[in-house]
Amino acid sequence: MAFLAITALSLAFAKDLFASVMFTGIYSLLSAAFFVLMDAVDVAFTEAAVGAGISTILMLTTITMTGRYENEKRYHPKIALIVVVITGIMLIFGTVDMPAFGADTAPAQVHVAPYYIMQSGEDIDIPNIVTSVLASYRGFDTFGEVVVVFTALIGVLGLLEFSRKGSELGNRPAPMFQHKVLRIVSKILIPAIMLFALYVQFHGEYSPGGGFQAGVIFASSIILYAMLFGVEQARKAVSMPVTKILAALGVLIYGSVGVVSMLNGGNFLNYSVLAENDITGQHVGIIIIELGVGITVATAMILIFLTFARRIGKNSEETA
Amino acid sequence: MIQHLPILQVIIPLLAAPICFILKEARLVRWFVLIANVMAFVVSIMLLQQVNLHGTLVYSLGGWEAPIGIEYRVDELNAYLMILVTSISTITIMAAGSSLTKEMAESKQTYFYIAYLLCLTGLLGILATGDAFNVFVFLEISSLASYTMIAMGNDRRSLWASYQYLIMGTIGATFILIGIGLMYMMTGTLNMNDLAERLPEVEQTKTVFTAFAFFLVGVCLKLALFPLHLWLPNAYAYAPSIATVFLAATSTKVAIYVLLRFIFSVFGFEFSFTHMPLTEILVSLGLVGVIAASVVAIYQTNIKRLFAYSSVSQIGYMILGIGIGTKTGLTATMLHLFNHALMKSAIFLALAGLVYRVGSVNIKAFAGLGKQMPWTMAAIVVGGLSLIGMPLTVGFISKWYLILALLESNWWPVAVLVLIGSLLAIAYIWRLVEVAYFKPALQNNQSYKEAPLAILIPAWIFVIANIYFGIDTSFTVGLSERTAELLFGVAK
Repeated sequence: MAFLAITALSLAFAKDLFASVMFTGIYSLLSAAFFVLMDAVDVAFTEAAVGAGISTILMLTTITMTGRYENEKRYHPKIALIVVVITGIMLIFGTVDMPAFGADTAPAQVHVAPYYIMQSGEDIDIPNIVTSVLASYRGFDTFGEVVVVFTALIGVLGLLEFSRKGSELGNRPAPMFQHKVLRIVSKILIPAIMLFALYVQFHGEYSPGGGFQAGVIFASSIILYAMLFGVEQARKAVSMPVTKILAALGVLIYGSVGVVSMLNGGNFLNYSVLAENDITGQHVGIIIIELGVGITVATAMILIFLTFARRIGKNSEETA
Repeated sequence: MIQHLPILQVIIPLLAAPICFILKEARLVRWFVLIANVMAFVVSIMLLQQVNLHGTLVYSLGGWEAPIGIEYRVDELNAYLMILVTSISTITIMAAGSSLTKEMAESKQTYFYIAYLLCLTGLLGILATGDAFNVFVFLEISSLASYTMIAMGNDRRSLWASYQYLIMGTIGATFILIGIGLMYMMTGTLNMNDLAERLPEVEQTKTVFTAFAFFLVGVCLKLALFPLHLWLPNAYAYAPSIATVFLAATSTKVAIYVLLRFIFSVFGFEFSFTHMPLTEILVSLGLVGVIAASVVAIYQTNIKRLFAYSSVSQIGYMILGIGIGTKTGLTATMLHLFNHALMKSAIFLALAGLVYRVGSVNIKAFAGLGKQMPWTMAAIVVGGLSLIGMPLTVGFISKWYLILALLESNWWPVAVLVLIGSLLAIAYIWRLVEVAYFKPALQNNQSYKEAPLAILIPAWIFVIANIYFGIDTSFTVGLSERTAELLFGVAK
C-alpha cells in the first residue's frame, strides 16, 4: 500500500512523461500484487497484462509521437486540487460504515456470492468460479466489454487511419533493430509467448485467465515483433484487412452464440441449450465466447498499435 | 420471437456494427445502418404494445434469474424512451448520407456509421437493462462511440472538444462506478429491483450516502447539469452535424432516465427526497442552469454553440421538474424530455442542411438566408418557437405542465423565474430571426439554394412532429402521466 501511494505521488509530480509512463506501469504491477494478496488472482492477472503490459506499451508509443516532456504549465489547477480533496474526503467518509475487510457477514458475502460458490459446480461444472460468473452468469456484461474494446478500436481507426495522407512508409529499420541479443532472444520468446497465450485462452476454465488476458498476451507478442523487426515487417506478417475482419468476427462469434441459443429456444446467451446436456452446453458456450473475446481483444490491440506506430513513421519522415 | 423483444432491441444495432466493419463500402453500410435502425424502431413499437398488454417485461439473459444473472426489465418508462431514441435515430440517419458526404471523406464515413450504431446500442442497452453494472458497461459503449463521432468533425477544434468530453465523461463514469461499487458492497447485489429491496436496511449508513452522492454527481456530469455542463457546448458545436442531432436529442435524455431510475426506483422517493436534500439541490441548480445558460446563449456567435447552451438551459427545466418532487412535476419532466428531443432534432437537422449549403454556422453567414433558404430557416424558426414555448408547439405543453406543477406546490417565485427563462429564449431566437430575415444578404452570399431534400424532409418530419404533438397531446401527455405514476408507484 505504501508503495502504491508513493508511486501515485511521484507520478503526479513527474515532469518527464517517460518517467510518468514507467510509474503507471509500476503502479499497475503493484496493484496486481495487491490483488493477489486479496485472493483475486484473475483480477491481478488482468491488471498485470493490461495495466503493466499493453497500456504501458501504447503510452510509450504515443510519447515517441508527441515528445517526451510536458509543456510548461499555463494555469494553476487549484480547482482541480479542491475537487480531488473533496472526492478523497468523501471516499474516506464512505468507508466509515463499510463492513470490515474479509468479514463473512458482509452483505457482499451473503447474498449472491454464496450462490455462485455453491451452485457453480452443479450448473456449469468448471473449477474456476470467476470464469463461470464472467462468462455465463454475467456473460452479457462481458459481451458489453468486448463491444467496448471494439468501439475503442473503431475510434482509433476512424481518427488516425486517414488523418494524414502520406506516402507509404519505406523500409525504415526498426528502432531496436541493432540489438542483436534482443532480436535472437525474442525470436525464441515470441513463439513461446504465443503458445502461453493459447494456453491462457483455453485454460480459462481451470486456472486464472481467459480471453481478455490471452488476447492481450498474444497481441504483445506481435507488438514485440513489430518493435524489433520494424512495423512494416510486422504488417507483412499480419495482414491488416484480415485482422480487421477478425476483430469484427470476434464480436460476431460472441453474439452468434447468443443468437443460436435464442434459436434453440433459450434466452440470449443461455448456453445450456447449445448441447443435449446442460453442462456440456455451458462448456461449449464458454469456450466459444472466450474465443470470441480473445480474437477481438488481440486483433484490436494489434490494430491499435500498428495504427499508432504508422503515424510515428510518417511524423518522423515529415520532420526529416 | 415475441418474448425476445427486449434483447432484440439492443442486439440488432450491436451486431449490425461489426457487420458494417466487414462490409466496409460506405454506400453499402449506409443502407445497412438504415435497415438496422428501422428494425430497432419497429421492435421498440412492438415493445410498447407488449408492455401495454402484459405489463412489465422481464428477460433473464443467459437464462439465469436475477439477481444471479443480468435481467432486462422493460416497463412503460423505458419503452417510451426507446421509441423516442430509435425514432430519432432512424429519421436522423436518413439525412446522414448527404450531410456526411459533404463533411467527411468517404473512407471515414464507414467508421462514423459504426460509431453511430454503437452509440445507439449503448443508449438502448442503458434503457433496457435492470442491472446496475450493466448500465455502466453500456454507458461506456455509448460514451466511447460519442467521443469518436465528435472527434470526426471537420473543424480541428472538434478533437479538443472530444478530448474535453472524454476527460469529463470518464470522471463521470468513474464516479458512477464508485457509486455502484459501494452499493454492491452494502447489499451484495447489482440488480436494480433487488437493490431497491435491500437498500432500505442499510440506508442510514454513511457508505450508502456516499454511494448516492457519487452516483448523483456522475450522472449529472453525463447529463450536463449546470455547472457540470462545460463539455457540452464545444462537443455539440464542433461535432459533425449528424452527430450533433443524434447526441443532442438522445444522449442527455438517456442520462436523465438513469437519474430517474436510480433516485425513484432504486433508492426510492423516501430516501432521495427526505433523507437527502435532493429537492434543494436539483431545484437550485436547475434554475441557475436555466437562467445562466440562456444568458450565455444570447452572446454566442456560433449558432450551433448557441443552441448547445440552450440545451443546457432546457436540461435545467427537466431537472427542475424532477426537483419539485411531485407527480405533476415529473410529468412535466417526462414531457419535456420527449418534446425537447423533437425541438432540438428539428433545429440541428435544419442546421445540418445549412452547413451543407453555406458551410458555416456563424451568425454573420445567416444574413438574408430567410429568403434564400425559406424552408430550412422556417424549420429553425418553428423549432425556436417551440423552445420559447409558443402555444401550438410542443414547447408550450411542457412549459405549461411545469408551471402547473410549480403553482400546485405554491412555488410561484420559481414559476416567475421559469417565465423569465422563456423571455431569454425569445432574445436568442430573435437575434437569429433578425439576421436571417431582416438583413440583406452579404455580397458573396447571394445564391444559396435550399438545403437538399434528403436533409430537408427529415428535418420537416421533426418540425411537423413539433406541431402535431403540440396540438394532439393525448399520446405524450398520457404516457408521461403514466410513467410518472409508475415511478411514484414503485417508490411507495
